[in-house]
Amino acid sequence: MLSRVANNLYWMSRHIERAENTARLLDVTYRMSLLPYRILEPGQSWAEPWALPLVINGIATAYYERYPGPLSADNVLRYMLLDTANPSSIYSCIQSARENARTARGTITSEMYEDINAFWLELRDRDFDGLRARGLSGFFDWVKTRSHQFRGVTFGTSLRDEGYRFIRLGTFIERADNTARLLDVKYHTLLPSVAEVGGAVDYYQWSALLRSLSAFDSYRKVYRDVIAPMRVAELLVLRDDVPRSLHACMNEIYEILRELCDPGSREAERLAGEIHAHLHYGRTEHIIGQGLHEYLMSFLDKLSALNEEIDRHFLVPVYASATAAAPAGARH
Amino acid sequence: MQQSIQRVPPPPRGSIYNEMHHADQSVRSHYAAYAAWLADKPLEYLLQKQREADTLYTRLGITFAVYGDETGVERSIPFDIIPRILRPEAWTIINEGTCQRVRALNAFLKDIYHGQDILRAGLVPREHVLGNNLYRPEMRGFDVPGGVYIHIAGIDIVMTGADEFFVLEDNLRTPSGVSYMLENRKMMMRLIPELFARMAVAPIDHYPDVLLDNLRALAPAGVMNPTVTVLTPGPYNSAYFEHAFLAQQMGVELVEGQDLFVAGDVVYMRTTRGPQRVDVIYRRIDDDFLDPLAFRADSVLGVPGLFAAYRAGNVTLANAIGTGVADDKSIYTFVPEMIRFYLGEKPILSNVPTYRLAHADDCKYVLEHLHELVVKEVQGSGGYGMLVGPAATRDEIAAYRQRIIADPAQFIAQPTLALSACPTFCASGIAPRHVDLRPYVLSGKQVTLVPGGLTRVALREGSLIVNSSQGGGTKDTWVLEA
Repeated sequence: MLSRVANNLYWMSRHIERAENTARLLDVTYRMSLLPYRILEPGQSWAEPWALPLVINGIATAYYERYPGPLSADNVLRYMLLDTANPSSIYSCIQSARENARTARGTITSEMYEDINAFWLELRDRDFDGLRARGLSGFFDWVKTRSHQFRGVTFGTSLRDEGYRFIRLGTFIERADNTARLLDVKYHTLLPSVAEVGGAVDYYQWSALLRSLSAFDSYRKVYRDVIAPMRVAELLVLRDDVPRSLHACMNEIYEILRELCDPGSREAERLAGEIHAHLHYGRTEHIIGQGLHEYLMSFLDKLSALNEEIDRHFLVPVYASATAAAPAGARH
Repeated sequence: MQQSIQRVPPPPRGSIYNEMHHADQSVRSHYAAYAAWLADKPLEYLLQKQREADTLYTRLGITFAVYGDETGVERSIPFDIIPRILRPEAWTIINEGTCQRVRALNAFLKDIYHGQDILRAGLVPREHVLGNNLYRPEMRGFDVPGGVYIHIAGIDIVMTGADEFFVLEDNLRTPSGVSYMLENRKMMMRLIPELFARMAVAPIDHYPDVLLDNLRALAPAGVMNPTVTVLTPGPYNSAYFEHAFLAQQMGVELVEGQDLFVAGDVVYMRTTRGPQRVDVIYRRIDDDFLDPLAFRADSVLGVPGLFAAYRAGNVTLANAIGTGVADDKSIYTFVPEMIRFYLGEKPILSNVPTYRLAHADDCKYVLEHLHELVVKEVQGSGGYGMLVGPAATRDEIAAYRQRIIADPAQFIAQPTLALSACPTFCASGIAPRHVDLRPYVLSGKQVTLVPGGLTRVALREGSLIVNSSQGGGTKDTWVLEA
């Protein structure tokens, strides 16, 4: 398929996944902010729950330029929900996803276009004060539901061709990236309070992290025990039966790349295989031994290298198009 | 040679042909089944269906962009839920008449880029053709695949009586609107399926298959399994929806200029599996922007080297380059002559009598009768820059007069025709509104069209301008099977 179209499909699903992840994170942060709460490390405002969406998306500086002064929940919500000036806001993500879909609409099914277009049209008519008046949780649920719905429509109507694989690839790369970042920041914030394991606030903090990744009930089913930080890490990194864990994401990514790759693009497959093997054969003790932060940073670096390879080979390829002869490997 | 022009007075009020009703308000027989269905439907029912249609069109993203509109990039074209119904006999005339016209126009293009017999015969003035800036000297002596220049033509027709048709204009470059023809039918079948059980409406949804067959049949010689693409200027073009729609319906790639490149006079597209050769391009980009090396150097939409690949016979372009000269409004007046000259046939469809302002006589008459004529720019399209005399204000007429005097040759004028009217759902209920019809003529090994077309309706009472860019709407067009 056309590289430009593949690129649009890939980013369409990344943008939707990103909007969903933002909604998840803001949802639990919002719920948590209703609980008694104290700053664990004064001065480290990046570790504040309300700073998380900014830190994870790498937009804290841009936020402070737009909203100078102390971090406020209200301003973060304003910035992350509907602010057109923020390319990572839910609004901007869905606008971009819809634009990607529009550019690739000859390739996706009409049901998919209808669904993402309706998502965008309904979102476009919302305003922040109205959302807050009706309750933000309802809005977050709506965004999650629409994202699920779009994945469902894609799953239920798409031909299982190359385009479908690039759509899925975008979803899982974005999801892996998000889980790793969320875990890193959150784990770092929470770790100093290990001493308080069992305390009410601590319990809510950990359960919030799990809930934001839809893994709370899974944790209960798997461990049938109180929430322990090491198990949270194990669950979200190594277990491949938790759909938002790094291992589960890499299972999908590796499988998709094995299907997509041809002899000229084995490097993408090899990189994915390497990351996958680390998770597949990894042990919790090794991760903790290396340090979870270091482990996650190294994961994100490798994921970014993989992403570059996918770009270079499939999505934005460069050929020597000025040559007079037919390009090598051209197919009729 | 100069045709004598009948001076047609403006239509007397009340003489407008109503397609559904006789003058005594009784229903014409081909509308009887529809009228029977409509009889027991309260207005609220229609209103609810109309709302459903509007919502669906917005949600489906069936939109077009309006140039010069600051409020937003996309809009839906208003869709009217009352179908326009054509008798089989009327369709026979339209079918045969438009095919005849396209055959003659194609022969004309082949001629003016080769032997120029028609110019030597003195039937069309040399300077009208060779001096026209849409004439492409680069195409001289080049044999296009299959001899087909006009793969897709949109012939705009108005009806003034039961079997009385006039051709308003021929669109031979990149006529648009066919996606609305197809989507309108889908919409009607979704909204009111029971009507299709009651009436024998000829199907039209095989249009993309016919188009694809034709494009494949006209691939460069020797290519066994040709790769066809649709070339679009991109998502910001007003007809982008249609480009994507056609690509999807035909199951071919929708490409932008940046997706293609030329190496060794062969066109390739950039794919996830490396370069892939392209054999046929249904291009929705004007000649000027196709290739910055051959035409406008500042074009960023085109593909450098595309024209050289075309001339080398390695890729088919549909429509061919240089067809614009034949749909120029000053060439339009000669089409009946072309039909006689090339085909030896009598024209089935009439032209609207047309004054060419390049002629001093015509110009003088038109300037004296601006209030009753329609004046158009020779190379204009989309209903932009035209004057509808009977509907214009004194100031508008005065301003237009100055434009004409400045350069008369840029204008033609036609009498205001009594366009037929169809019942249309509007704020006040159901009322007649003026309509036209654009059937799409497809040329491959044969010249054919699917039984239907795009009916455009002027939604404002009394208005004669049906262009979507000017507030017109569309209707589903039903050709009844004989």
